[in-house]
Amino acid sequence: MEIKMVNLKINGQAVSVPEGTTILDAAKVAGIKIPTLCYLRDINAIGACRVCVVEVKGARSLVAACVYPVNEGMEVITNSAKVIEARKTTVELILSDHDKNCLSCVRNQNCELQRLSEELGCDAKRFGGAVNEFELDASTPYIVRDNNKCVLCRRCVAACKNYQGLSIIGANSRGFNTHIGASFDFDLNDVPCVGCGQCISVCPVGALHEKEEIDDVIAALQDKSKYVIIATAPSVRVGLGEEFGYPIGTNVEGKMVTAMRKMGFNAVFDVNMTADLTIMEEGTEFLSRLNNGGVLPMMTSCSPAWIKFVEHNYPEMIPNLSSCKSPQQMFGAICKTYYAEKMGIDPKDMIVVSVMPCTAKKFEKGREYQNAAGVPDIDITLTTRELAKLIKRYGLIFNELEDGQFDAPLGIASTAGLLFGATGGVMEAALRTLADVLEGKSLDNIDYTAVRGTKGIKEATVTLAGKEVKVAVASGLANAKELMEKIKKGEADYHFIEIMSCPGGCVNGGGQPIKSAYERNNYDIKALRAGAIYDADKSASLRKSHENPVVKEIYETYLGEPNSHKAHEILHTKYVARKKY
Amino acid sequence: MARIKLTKVPFAGTPEQEAALNAKLDELKSVPGGLMPALQFAQELYGYLPIEVQTKIAQALGMSLEEVFGVATFYSQFTLSPRGQYQVSVCMGTACYVKGAGDLVDALKAKFGIESGECTDDGKFSLIETRCIGCCGLAPVLTVNANVYGKVTTNQLDGIVSEYK
Repeated sequence: MEIKMVNLKINGQAVSVPEGTTILDAAKVAGIKIPTLCYLRDINAIGACRVCVVEVKGARSLVAACVYPVNEGMEVITNSAKVIEARKTTVELILSDHDKNCLSCVRNQNCELQRLSEELGCDAKRFGGAVNEFELDASTPYIVRDNNKCVLCRRCVAACKNYQGLSIIGANSRGFNTHIGASFDFDLNDVPCVGCGQCISVCPVGALHEKEEIDDVIAALQDKSKYVIIATAPSVRVGLGEEFGYPIGTNVEGKMVTAMRKMGFNAVFDVNMTADLTIMEEGTEFLSRLNNGGVLPMMTSCSPAWIKFVEHNYPEMIPNLSSCKSPQQMFGAICKTYYAEKMGIDPKDMIVVSVMPCTAKKFEKGREYQNAAGVPDIDITLTTRELAKLIKRYGLIFNELEDGQFDAPLGIASTAGLLFGATGGVMEAALRTLADVLEGKSLDNIDYTAVRGTKGIKEATVTLAGKEVKVAVASGLANAKELMEKIKKGEADYHFIEIMSCPGGCVNGGGQPIKSAYERNNYDIKALRAGAIYDADKSASLRKSHENPVVKEIYETYLGEPNSHKAHEILHTKYVARKKY
Repeated sequence: MARIKLTKVPFAGTPEQEAALNAKLDELKSVPGGLMPALQFAQELYGYLPIEVQTKIAQALGMSLEEVFGVATFYSQFTLSPRGQYQVSVCMGTACYVKGAGDLVDALKAKFGIESGECTDDGKFSLIETRCIGCCGLAPVLTVNANVYGKVTTNQLDGIVSEYK
């Protein structure tokens, strides 16, 4: 079908765009930026906030550029005095019912409302009058909701519904009383929220943020009786740089390691290492299920929001979940058993800090059956954003730091472990190892490109030692839900499924640096960050989990073999059915 | 606006009501936009929309509970509070209003410890403000179920309410 082009003028400039394009997108083509607040490409085009209003010649009133389609001969003015005044008043009205305690706000200097107010020259106190007052919802270990800062843009509602298929939060009541909340205004901890944090990632202001544990780290580092370990998840290194001005998709592993070392941690390790260990355990579990008539398809268990999602929504599928702990939890468990024994340290005197691109990891560390040494495997979990704040608080000039390397032994990892950061990465890492194990030799062709890319659902059939294995990969729980429904109806016969809760995988997790709507709308952030992961993998020499020398040593000297009794005690866990309603 | 207040009156739905709701939901579950008619039916059936009923609707229509709750709290035709055993309705028509109906409402709110549209925790009294009920000569007027009280003053309220204890 031929695409019909539409010709229009924006600020007197001629532009030609396909029919159906919005004024907002047509303006972008013409190199003109129209400010937005509630709009988020693909998930929230509701024309509600009126910040993107423009003048259209002949139109009765100003129109919302984010939802108004162009038509032939249209003349648009995006920056007339009338338009600017309307936007300014709109933002001032939003500010009239906003907690303007910006200096102490978690989003100070990274706030879209603040930026709009500045760009439009708003008087934040122009309108007085009634102000809503809300209690803070700090009921969960991962997300804090502060409706006093909410601007009712509904971006969080759209993320919860469209990315995750959950609709845990929505707009309650109406008019001036409208507020975002869960059903029956329950605390987030009392509803089937999975903790993914995608609502935080899309929030333009400080109404949603993670429950910070920064002070706990500072206190731990002051306590000289403790052996304090820090380790970072795969995605952290390809996100952290953004908080220090690096372009999206910059790998800052070296500087990140140096920063953590300078803060005084006793050991700076890499969760990629236990991602390798996960592959050994999960791969072995898969082969055992495949060969012994176990429950299939087996589903990965690295993503804690996914686990909670299954527990709430598909409890009947709990037997399909791999019993493996996530790499974060395996990391803490190995620190407090194998490494503690090796170093002669009482696990009670260890504090293990994990840095994650994720908010649900803060929930995961407090789950039952996550304490291999009789104490919690993980003590403190920071998001990537919190690590950046910690680095700033310690007065480190990040951009000027030299590159460092992770400490041995638990900082040695293959890039198969690194792949865990991107959707399809766990599957690819597993296939690299499974293929070698089943063929009984080291294969060279190990790029499983069919499971790469940011598509929501990917399927592939892989031949492993003559045996056909059907795999599926999904990211974003709305996509996961689609897969689950197919399986329930018997329309799918997969053997192995990888799920990551956040669209694009952990690189786009709810704990990663927050990007403005403008960046979200105009760049493929998840693909750029994933690109940095695949680049690092391409040039690495150690690219298979089972070839990691530390993994080999841990099995030889400590665990015996994958899925051994001891490995089960330390590296595996259990799940519980939870209520959906 | 703090949290939306939830009733503490225990849900007392009957098996007949449940059967009627189930039948309606069966019919609506494949209808696009079935939520509004479902809520309207349930509101008519139970007189209010408690969590037990909204949960049933959410399950049947394959929605999250918040999606149902968001709609139920948006439209003023729906209420989350049951009607009390005795419904006290204060006429807020012009004549009653100028004769002090507002003071009656305030006094009743304070007496019952509830807002308009709510029900006391024991399920006994609910309070609503109505439009003109057509007996302006008796202003200000309130009714308790079918009984009409005219020319009411705030100091008569204790006496009126005590008739229904």
